[in-house]
Amino acid sequence: MKNQIEEKENKTVSSIDREIVLETNKLTKRFGGLVAVNQIDLKVTKGKISSIIGPNGAGKTTVFNVITGIYQPDAGQYFFKGEKISNMKPHQILSKGIARTFQNIRLFQNMTCLENVMSGQHARSKSGLWPSIFRLPSQKQEEQRIQEIAERRLKQVGLSEYKHELAKNIAYGNQRMLEIARALASNPDLLILDEPSSGLNDKESEDLVNFLNEIINEELTILLIEHDMNVVMGISDWVTVMDEGKKIAEGKPEDVYSNPVVIEAYLGKEEEEED
Amino acid sequence: MIAKNMISKNDGFNWKNNWFVIMVTLIFLFFPLIIKSNYIIDVAFFFGIYTLLGLSLNIVLGEVGLFDLGHMGFAAIGAYTTAILNTSFGVPVLILLPISGIAAAIFAYLVCSPIIHLRGDYLCIVTIGMGEIIRLTLINNPFGITGGPNGIFGICFPSLGNLFVIDSCLKYYYFIWIIVGLSVVALVHLQRSRIGRAWNCIREDVIAAEATGIDVRYYKLLAFVLGAALAGVAGSIYASKLMVVSPESFLFIESCMLFSIVLIGGMGSIPGIFIGAAAISLFPEIFRPFAQYRMLIFGVTMVLMMMFRPGGVWPRKRGKLPTESMLVKEEKSEI
Repeated sequence: MKNQIEEKENKTVSSIDREIVLETNKLTKRFGGLVAVNQIDLKVTKGKISSIIGPNGAGKTTVFNVITGIYQPDAGQYFFKGEKISNMKPHQILSKGIARTFQNIRLFQNMTCLENVMSGQHARSKSGLWPSIFRLPSQKQEEQRIQEIAERRLKQVGLSEYKHELAKNIAYGNQRMLEIARALASNPDLLILDEPSSGLNDKESEDLVNFLNEIINEELTILLIEHDMNVVMGISDWVTVMDEGKKIAEGKPEDVYSNPVVIEAYLGKEEEEED
Repeated sequence: MIAKNMISKNDGFNWKNNWFVIMVTLIFLFFPLIIKSNYIIDVAFFFGIYTLLGLSLNIVLGEVGLFDLGHMGFAAIGAYTTAILNTSFGVPVLILLPISGIAAAIFAYLVCSPIIHLRGDYLCIVTIGMGEIIRLTLINNPFGITGGPNGIFGICFPSLGNLFVIDSCLKYYYFIWIIVGLSVVALVHLQRSRIGRAWNCIREDVIAAEATGIDVRYYKLLAFVLGAALAGVAGSIYASKLMVVSPESFLFIESCMLFSIVLIGGMGSIPGIFIGAAAISLFPEIFRPFAQYRMLIFGVTMVLMMMFRPGGVWPRKRGKLPTESMLVKEEKSEI
């Protein structure tokens, strides 16, 4: 664990001048009188794993929903690879290269695992109505390519054996991995994971951590929301802490972990219980 | 090069797995030659019309899961396009077949664009309204072109010059079933394309579909436009068969019947549509002797079906895709 942290430290130090993939500028989202996200500035470094942590209701998922276009922000902008993507629709944002998963798994339940992953390639393929109706050679070739990519992704997450099963019939942990495979099938530059380890047992979340460490590379950046401190500490290069819609701290995981403000907001309850 | 080889390999029609399809096709081809009763052939023709209408609604309701209870409205647009252009301007009915489809499609695009974002029951209510408004407009005889409650009569037979005229029950039977056959091929191709997948994704989970890169609005509209086009074609054939169109043929209950075709067969299942259409069109004929109890039996059957087979009689089976990808083949050859 200690070695791992040291390694991370080296990585972070060497990457200070690295490119910023995603940047939000004073992002604000209100629901009626409630300010769910209050002037959040976020910077996500290319090729790194960044995490957002915070107590329940801190507005983490709302940040994700704004970034991926499901909600429109009330104020502030956000940029992906230097390009302004505020007010784009979810499918446009995906085609720019941001793919996501959901906190409470949203799979296409009555479709097979393979079809689920194949639909991830939708934005990267272009056969229109007539080529599909007449099954032209170009469309066939494209289908073949989509299927091949999907099978590779399924193999990567270790679900090849379930490819013809309906998504609703596979185990919960596998469903999580399937959702990640679907997101990866769109060849994203930025993968956004909303609590990927929730509902997983220790073994499964360990596998998940290993998997994320495996897939992370120069081309792929990961941003995740996480509750499980072991997961956060194990893989994050950078941690942002949110509470009541505001950013209260950020930094390397071990710094954040010992930050008194964070302990008060996030871990404070635990101390009270101990007393 | 490898990819090319593979495509040509997959091109071949798989006789072994499709014996059922071949059998059904043969039955449809030869049955009217054996049974020479015009009544039965006519019943089979209306079975065909309902199948075509069922297939068209299946795109909207079955594949995309949009509740459309005004689908007969699109068929009415197709039927009236044929009737008006044929009786007033003398355009041949066969040419009007695609034109009716296009007219219904354009109408669907214009009407559905503003309502396409509505969800579930809200969309359902609006489509009921749409269907009824179409019918009421036809009754009110706008610009004196729809003939009011009497409708329009004197529509010609579909013909290619004087050489080939579709004028007998038998010819109509083949006419409708060839069109159904072509539609089935096109729809099966669509089901197995990225468009069909996108439709199913929207049905399963709209938000996930959006986040997966599917332009939900576009694909919902596409489904409506295609569904309407097919319904328009069905309407056109219906008009030329009966030689008369009237608003009474496009009542709300007819839209409900189409809805039940899709529900009986199984949402998004093409063989299911045949079963559903058979149930709706053949059932009243078979039970004609017990006419008083017909609706009672129909109701009981629907209730029982919803209790014991909520997914439909023949739901779409999902499993292996028809082709194996290169990756799998490579692995197999390695072993």
